[in-house]
Amino acid sequence: MRYLLTPLLLLTTAVPAAAMAADLNLTVQIPAPQVAEVHRPYVAVWIEREDRSVAAQLAVWYAQKESKEGAGTKWLPELRQWWRRGGRELSMPVDGVSGATRPAGQHQLRFKDGQAPLGTLAPGKYVLVVEAAREVGGREAVRLPFAWPAASPQHLSAQGGSELGAITLDINP
Amino acid sequence: MHKPSLPLATLALALLLPLSAQAHKMWMVPSATNVAGTDPWVTVDAAISNDLFYPDHHPASLESLVITAPDGQTAKPEHAVTGQYRSVFDVHLTQPGTWKLALVSQGLFASYELNGEKRRWRGDADALATAIPAGAKQVVVTESANRVETFVSNGKPNDTALKPTGVGLELVPVTHVTDLVAGEPASFRLLLDGKPAAGAKVTAIAGATRYRNAQEEITATTGADGGFSLTWPHAGMYWVNAGVEGGKPHAKQASRRRAAYSATLEVLPE
Repeated sequence: MRYLLTPLLLLTTAVPAAAMAADLNLTVQIPAPQVAEVHRPYVAVWIEREDRSVAAQLAVWYAQKESKEGAGTKWLPELRQWWRRGGRELSMPVDGVSGATRPAGQHQLRFKDGQAPLGTLAPGKYVLVVEAAREVGGREAVRLPFAWPAASPQHLSAQGGSELGAITLDINP
Repeated sequence: MHKPSLPLATLALALLLPLSAQAHKMWMVPSATNVAGTDPWVTVDAAISNDLFYPDHHPASLESLVITAPDGQTAKPEHAVTGQYRSVFDVHLTQPGTWKLALVSQGLFASYELNGEKRRWRGDADALATAIPAGAKQVVVTESANRVETFVSNGKPNDTALKPTGVGLELVPVTHVTDLVAGEPASFRLLLDGKPAAGAKVTAIAGATRYRNAQEEITATTGADGGFSLTWPHAGMYWVNAGVEGGKPHAKQASRRRAAYSATLEVLPE
């Protein structure tokens, strides 16, 4: 996995940092698989502390259609890391976190400091994890380490190899 | 010798299981060890074979099946059937938490000489009194306790069903039994009749043995507290086994005791 860390100096804005709420802007790219049987992947996004405990559950996308076996929740353990790292502790649906699966393309997510589902992170080192699992497809997790809070705007990115495309994380102080 | 009935045959195999690396292995394999949703089920194969996990020799008897639900209560299998090479049953996981599936057998094994001929007998304590002829010499009665387990967690795992019963050889998880990951060490304790089983050899063999040339066993020896640790080289279903000689026989006629434990544990990729 490759990480690109590109600290940018905030030179062009006159807005004092204190007036802006710190936030995380995440882009998750879901590639279009070149196969006949295409299913939208299940995707989970969460933040881990250095000991790999979960600091925040940010998103989980799974099939919402009703069924006796439970509206797509039957397959949530396929998101193996997420399931083990705390997904199995949650009772679906989770307001502001769970949602429907999404098609191939770029998906923007914005999380604000002090607001659910990000909440308030203690200063420290974290890893943002994006995991995707697709029916009759594969599974992949992409990890993006970051420090919180950021002293200056940070642009981080990582590239998935199969079930995920480019993942970018912009951190505003 | 007439063909023994299935439970006796199973018991006989169980008696032979613990102390010989060549012996047949008894196992259960669940279709999943981590499930979710509002109506989860697993289906389970139970058999006795050399190769893991291919049913090619003898079905396991479901008469000795004990299913413990996450609240500690006993549950019933569904759709149970015994075929030529395997038994199959389903478990309806009606509660969240960890379910323990166990094949638990106990029995007596006697060897003796009658008129210069070596003879063997197997059965239960009630039958033993009349089973050995009056003129028998060199009578040795061995008691066996055999336990074969596997585990399934519905949602968040819990430990209620994993409490040891205090009879025979049992595994107490330190690392949860449905939370095993390739490359990460997993710790357990081995108990004999509820007390630490020290100095016991534990082996683990990954399934799909048909597709490789060696067993590729990984081994550990239990410490004074019965503790041991295994690091799984890769993902897969593993057959973990230990056998000891010792503990106090429950049957007063028995002079020796053997206890064996095996579990099928699933190890997931990171």
